[in-house]
Amino acid sequence: MIRTPLRPLARILEARNRGENPDAIERENIRLRHEDMRDRARRRAEGRLLVLAVMFFAAFGVVGGRMAVLASSEPAEPRTSVAGAQIQAQRADIVDREGRILATNFDTHSLYAQPQQMVDPENAAEKLAAIFPDLEREELLKDFTGKRKFLWIKRKLSPEQKQAVHDIGEPGLLFGPREMRLYPNGKLAAHVLGGAGFGREGVHAAEVIGVAGIERFYDERLRDPARAHEPLTLSLDLSVQAAMERVLYGGMKIMNAKGAAGILMDVHTGEVVAVASLPDFDPNDRPAPPVSGRPGDSPLFNRAVQGVYELGSTFKVFAVAQALELGLVSPSTMIDTTSPMTWGRFRIRDFHNYGPELSVTKVIVKSSNVGTARMAMEIGGTRQRAFLEKLGFMEPSPLEISEASRSKPLLPKNWSELSTMTISYGHGLSTTPMHLAAGYATIANGGRRVTPTLLRSPDAEPGERVISAQTSAAMRKMLREVVSEGTASLGEVEGYAVGGKTGTADKPKENGGGYYKDKVIATFASMFPAHDPKYVLVVTLDEPVETSGDQPRRTAGWTAVPIAAEIIRRVAPLMGLRPEIEPGELADIRQTSN
Amino acid sequence: MRSFLCVLTALAVIGLAFWAYRENYRTQEAQSHAQMLQSEIGEARQRLRVLNAEWAYLNRPVRLMDLVEINYDKLGLLPLQPYQFGKIDQVAYPAPPLLPITNPVDVSNMEQQP
Repeated sequence: MIRTPLRPLARILEARNRGENPDAIERENIRLRHEDMRDRARRRAEGRLLVLAVMFFAAFGVVGGRMAVLASSEPAEPRTSVAGAQIQAQRADIVDREGRILATNFDTHSLYAQPQQMVDPENAAEKLAAIFPDLEREELLKDFTGKRKFLWIKRKLSPEQKQAVHDIGEPGLLFGPREMRLYPNGKLAAHVLGGAGFGREGVHAAEVIGVAGIERFYDERLRDPARAHEPLTLSLDLSVQAAMERVLYGGMKIMNAKGAAGILMDVHTGEVVAVASLPDFDPNDRPAPPVSGRPGDSPLFNRAVQGVYELGSTFKVFAVAQALELGLVSPSTMIDTTSPMTWGRFRIRDFHNYGPELSVTKVIVKSSNVGTARMAMEIGGTRQRAFLEKLGFMEPSPLEISEASRSKPLLPKNWSELSTMTISYGHGLSTTPMHLAAGYATIANGGRRVTPTLLRSPDAEPGERVISAQTSAAMRKMLREVVSEGTASLGEVEGYAVGGKTGTADKPKENGGGYYKDKVIATFASMFPAHDPKYVLVVTLDEPVETSGDQPRRTAGWTAVPIAAEIIRRVAPLMGLRPEIEPGELADIRQTSN
Repeated sequence: MRSFLCVLTALAVIGLAFWAYRENYRTQEAQSHAQMLQSEIGEARQRLRVLNAEWAYLNRPVRLMDLVEINYDKLGLLPLQPYQFGKIDQVAYPAPPLLPITNPVDVSNMEQQP
């Protein structure tokens, strides 16, 4: 670079000759040089800024562009990683305890239309209406010729229907792949499984979400992609469930009942082996919730877990068990059973008059309200309440279906002495049959609290102790006597030593004001074999009438008990329970201690 | 020497470029093969799912019960009943062994004679 000298000799001499100050030339040159330097520095800085700006723009542009691509593109399976192979289905299967499928996924197609691509909307509407009887030709035509650019026509298609639609040859009718939930056993265990529907829908895929039952309760677990390949194993047994539903349905028809519920539970683990509620529905085609009538009469209503009923005399067992546990009575203590018993304005009566006094065992065997009420008075309301709470009667059933948590037991607002007495024989406290089954399982298994569960859990921890093993044994003996010589004599099944307690409760009127005289809830809560219980069975019938005799009979002994006996006869061999000869009582051997 | 190094470098670059080109295509081929296998696995799984569902559907208890009723004449199947469990005292003791034959008796063989 050529530097211009600050004091060029020629100009200085010239200036001197003209008598000017030569320093002015130097200053002028310094100024020019500085201006030049400043310009260059500015240009360089501007260039750097530009480069920086371009770099930032490119970087943010890449980030933004990538985000836009990710947001707008369809997800694709990873091509190279191995992890992609693990995802088998959108939703895990549900299987029974033996691994037989109760719910699985099935690939199908949905049908949608893009009217602007249609060639002949009239023909398409007509042929679609012919394929699907539930579609109206006029409505389809209105949709196809209107302003809409997109509409769903069918959520699920069978392969035949798909072929038929394909044969129309209309380019505006398009298919999208779908995974649907399939319940291959139809109505079997419908209330447990609940059903599934579609959540958010796109053209290429749709979410499958559980809408009721265990599908809804375990929705997160079933949809978790990491666990989609391992099925959810339930405690239900398909064949036992089928046998129970069949017998229960037949029994419900014979007894002219409008509904029935049955629960079979393992007494040690609380696993529910079968649970049925009739009438039922097909979860593949779940009906819409009822808009009129009582919700309790809908097939969707789960009588075993949702229905809270006053379960009648079956509750006497808890009062007696507590009285034994507290040492207030022994099985042979005589109780005053003079009927009617008067309490203030109220009178408590027995079904028959059983004379002035009965032993505690006989109170249960003959089902005396008066005797139980007297025992409850000795126990007192506070202790009774605490005991029932320990057995789980105060909170909703912990069963793993979404309906269970919504049905709280109905307790009296004010736990008065009268409530104490009525609750002791099963009135004034409404619970679900599932609560009752868990309570009986606790009595049967030696006194450990049982938490009902629908999941296969063969080594569940025993719960806290509620009653002692001796009390449990004494109760089992009493319940055995109810069947061998008491109100449940029709419940005898040879080889299985059934023990249980009947309960017949008048139905309360819906709009208050007392009870119906001719509508009852008949319940039989049983355990078998009574000397070493393995299972508890609760059968509840809604408004049964047995009409084989001269008079219509409604008591549980005539209605629920024979059905329960038939269920045990059918189901116990299926579960591999051998008929046994009941161990007889040993003569003259007593437990003594000093 | 210097030009030799240049030629060598150029050859190395060409060689590496050829290798990279080939590896690239081999990788792509392997990827598309893996993808094909994956989709085959997917289809096989889907088929398996359909077969499992169909198996469960064909074995649904209601259908089996109907089949048992239809084929009662041939099969005579009934629900399992408690009395079908055998008891130990229904099993016979093994028959005592036959005593050894110490005095064989000659039987007539006249019939065999012509």
